[in-house]
Amino acid sequence: MAVAEVQIQDHDVHHEEHEHHDSFISKYIFSTDHKTIAKQFLITGIFWALIGGGLSVLFRLQLGFPDMDLSVLKPILGGWLTDTGKIDTEFYLALVTMHGTIMVFFVLTAGLSGTFSNYLIPLQIGARDMASGFMNMLSYWFFFLSGVVMFISLFIETGPASGGWTVYPPLSALPQAMSGSGLGMTLWLVAMVFFIVSTLLGGVNYITTVINLRTEGMTFSRLPLTIWAFFITAVIGLLSFPVLFAAALLLVFDRSFGTSFYLSDIYIGGEALPNSGGSPILYQHLFWFLGHPEVYIVLLPALGITSEIISTNSRKPIFGYQAMILSMLAIAVLSFIVWAHHMFISGMNPFLGSIFTILTLIIAVPSAVKAFNYLTTLWRGNIVFTPAMLFSIGLLSFFISGGLTGLFLGNSAIDINLHDTYFVVAHFHLVMGSASFFGLMAGVYHWFPKMFGRMMDSTLGHIHFWATFIGVYLVFFPLHYIGIAGFPRRYYSFTNFDAFSLFSDLNAFVSVAAILTFVAQFIFLFNFFYSIFRGRKAPANPWNSNTLEWTTPRVPGHGNWPGEIPKIYRWPYDYSKPGAKADFIPQTVPLSDTPESNFPHENEMMENEQVVKKDAAKA
Amino acid sequence: MLSLVIWISVILVGVILFTIFRVYTLVQVAKGKQDIRDENNTKWNALMGLIFLVGGVTVFFWYSFKEFDNYVLPIASEHGVITDNLFWITMGVTVFVFIATHILLFYFPYKYQYREESTASFYPHNNKLEVLWTVVPAVVLTLLVGSGLKAWWDITDEAPQNAEVVEIVGYQFAWASRYPGKDKQLGDADYKLIDVDNQLGMDFSDKSSFDDFLPREIHIPKGQPVLFKIKARDVIHSVYAPHFRMQMNAVPGMPTQFWFVPTKSTEDMRIELGNPDFNYEIACNKICGKGHFAMRYIIVVDEPEDYQKWYAEQSSWLSQNPDYLANVPDNLKEVAMISAGM
Repeated sequence: MAVAEVQIQDHDVHHEEHEHHDSFISKYIFSTDHKTIAKQFLITGIFWALIGGGLSVLFRLQLGFPDMDLSVLKPILGGWLTDTGKIDTEFYLALVTMHGTIMVFFVLTAGLSGTFSNYLIPLQIGARDMASGFMNMLSYWFFFLSGVVMFISLFIETGPASGGWTVYPPLSALPQAMSGSGLGMTLWLVAMVFFIVSTLLGGVNYITTVINLRTEGMTFSRLPLTIWAFFITAVIGLLSFPVLFAAALLLVFDRSFGTSFYLSDIYIGGEALPNSGGSPILYQHLFWFLGHPEVYIVLLPALGITSEIISTNSRKPIFGYQAMILSMLAIAVLSFIVWAHHMFISGMNPFLGSIFTILTLIIAVPSAVKAFNYLTTLWRGNIVFTPAMLFSIGLLSFFISGGLTGLFLGNSAIDINLHDTYFVVAHFHLVMGSASFFGLMAGVYHWFPKMFGRMMDSTLGHIHFWATFIGVYLVFFPLHYIGIAGFPRRYYSFTNFDAFSLFSDLNAFVSVAAILTFVAQFIFLFNFFYSIFRGRKAPANPWNSNTLEWTTPRVPGHGNWPGEIPKIYRWPYDYSKPGAKADFIPQTVPLSDTPESNFPHENEMMENEQVVKKDAAKA
Repeated sequence: MLSLVIWISVILVGVILFTIFRVYTLVQVAKGKQDIRDENNTKWNALMGLIFLVGGVTVFFWYSFKEFDNYVLPIASEHGVITDNLFWITMGVTVFVFIATHILLFYFPYKYQYREESTASFYPHNNKLEVLWTVVPAVVLTLLVGSGLKAWWDITDEAPQNAEVVEIVGYQFAWASRYPGKDKQLGDADYKLIDVDNQLGMDFSDKSSFDDFLPREIHIPKGQPVLFKIKARDVIHSVYAPHFRMQMNAVPGMPTQFWFVPTKSTEDMRIELGNPDFNYEIACNKICGKGHFAMRYIIVVDEPEDYQKWYAEQSSWLSQNPDYLANVPDNLKEVAMISAGM
């Protein structure tokens, strides 16, 4: 605790000293303020989401309308179009690879955790800032650097990395295998190294801050579920990203220094390579040791955000607060021991496959508990349809439908036929992609008033929600059929096979739906940027929420609270408490102020509370 | 010129939309709509949820039944029947849960939509309920896992002794196959021996290689176990034959395998589908480079007697490439000539 106090005092002093001499650069660019850094992550995430989504539009055009002449795009795509205006086959693979990399890492990891962990942790636990503002700043700038490198790789002559977002060697290790495995792959690895550094710097900070800087009374059992989610996510990231770093490092050695970690017995480009004794499967194990926890790194923050929003807008406490925490902990632990379900047919020992089938289906239990708890939270609520609430309901829908298809894929015997087909594409785009994206959207709509001091337009928010929600289902639901029919993913076209000759109409339909859904995001963009400058000024607590961030000024300054940091007297979910005057009691309201709604055990606690208060008065 | 016009019209449309929005917002402000809860289009949103639910589920069932024969490929292997069964049992369970939860997910927001006069009920937990929905999924999952594992162990168990062995090798961007020939023994191979003709690096110092043959398409006998020995030459590929519900990665430096029993000959399937041009296909299902989408190979399933006949007719690779006799050690040359049928 000593550390925490020193930190807080530090910040108080800092706060007074620097109030008026923030230059533009230290305030908006190299800022150490967690709120500014969060906004930087958010804006950068939106930028990458547009790039990642734009790439998907391009390859959807190829899949839906293989005969289309895209010469119109010649000024942008240049040599990546053939003379007849078709997308080059290798560029197609570059598109899917970069779409995956960008969406998973830059949008859903950095954009989601980076934004909301940074923004909400200090505000919701009652801290002046992160434990280390400087490390936090470094975290963003390493992410930025990573983004610059990845962005440059899009424009080089041999094209960006193209071996799929999982970049399995030997394909990714040998420039002879595809042109994207040359400089593009090198840049991919460099970018990922910076990205991992960024994630670790951020993660250490999140964990330290949650453990050390909670305000008085904010015990772990009173933390909002958002904070629990960010905390657990940061722990998962801290344990798994270094393994990706190791995998990437060995790949760098194989690519550049002639080692044979992943390479063995290869004849390519008319020559037999000297490498022997390596194993491509080793890379897959290492990659998925991050890769699977990564799914939860993007999903848990979204679920945390949703917990908070669903509870607030149902005007009810979240159902099963402890069960929610326990299931997140269970998911966190289990997420580390299910990775090989991505590798059932990789050639690894089938016995290993059976172990991972068992472990994988166990992880469905805590996930099911979470889904049922959300549903029960809605039951007999008084549900306010803010856009954030709608996006949370949407998330729950994707979490269920995408989670259920996981029961097929996690079962090794069924996976034999579904592995690497569009069924998998449908599965993870729903449960990981769309669910996390909806969590991100829900968070933006919910905390926009705090971030920018203004309200977003709710009608536009509703239109955005329904367009996106229906759009996402129209895009990804049909892919299940295509997947059951055995269509392999990452195929440029299906015309070479009799078995895949059907469903060109369905593919065209999906492409149209995807493009419309992408276009619908501009409603959000307009709403977002318009509201930053012209939105209606936000009231102090627009959603009548209990958590601590709504006790700050409309636009919180450096240090978050102008005076003392408020104390916490209760858990964050006292909504519609029987007997209470309003349908919400903020965490800062002492039990002694609400004798009319206290439960018997709370009346006992009330006495201790008053002692604390007296002490404080004496001091 | 045309693109300029397009850009200008896009910008104009944007400006018009912006203006409409601005006017709309000002009207709202003028009307004095300030309370946040007024703006939630509560009824409309609640109703949309129900419409989405009913519409979505209707389309889901309609399309699933209408297109059933198109997206479910006929099964042509013994284990495929078992895994497809598991698939449809899991489908039953998941569709039930999917529909049930979604009914609640959209009915609750409709039923409990915000009304000023109503209050939510304070219901923070209920241990019985929570135990219930921990235990029930756990039991259902155990059953699914149990039956899945049984099938998995049977499928990945060692191939029967009498299985017909076929080697399949993936390379950028095609497949090759090799049969053991009359001695039923695949000869050694080494990637360092690969050259323009000897695509699989067959090692002719091993006498099992002499009678190995490399056909242009795979033939396998109906009703008999077949063992695919799978290799890759350059990058990872994946042998995926959807009709047989079989898939196994081809990994450089690590031979893999998959065995199964085909149950319908190509001719059977042509009759069943009414398609005289039908062929069983292998597709590559692990990203392997620019030609990934074109790695097609044909499997012909013959009646056992036709298969035997076809097998006997094949001439060894060595006999088609007599130059490689030079690689055979001197003491084996005669044996090689005889067993290669030269």
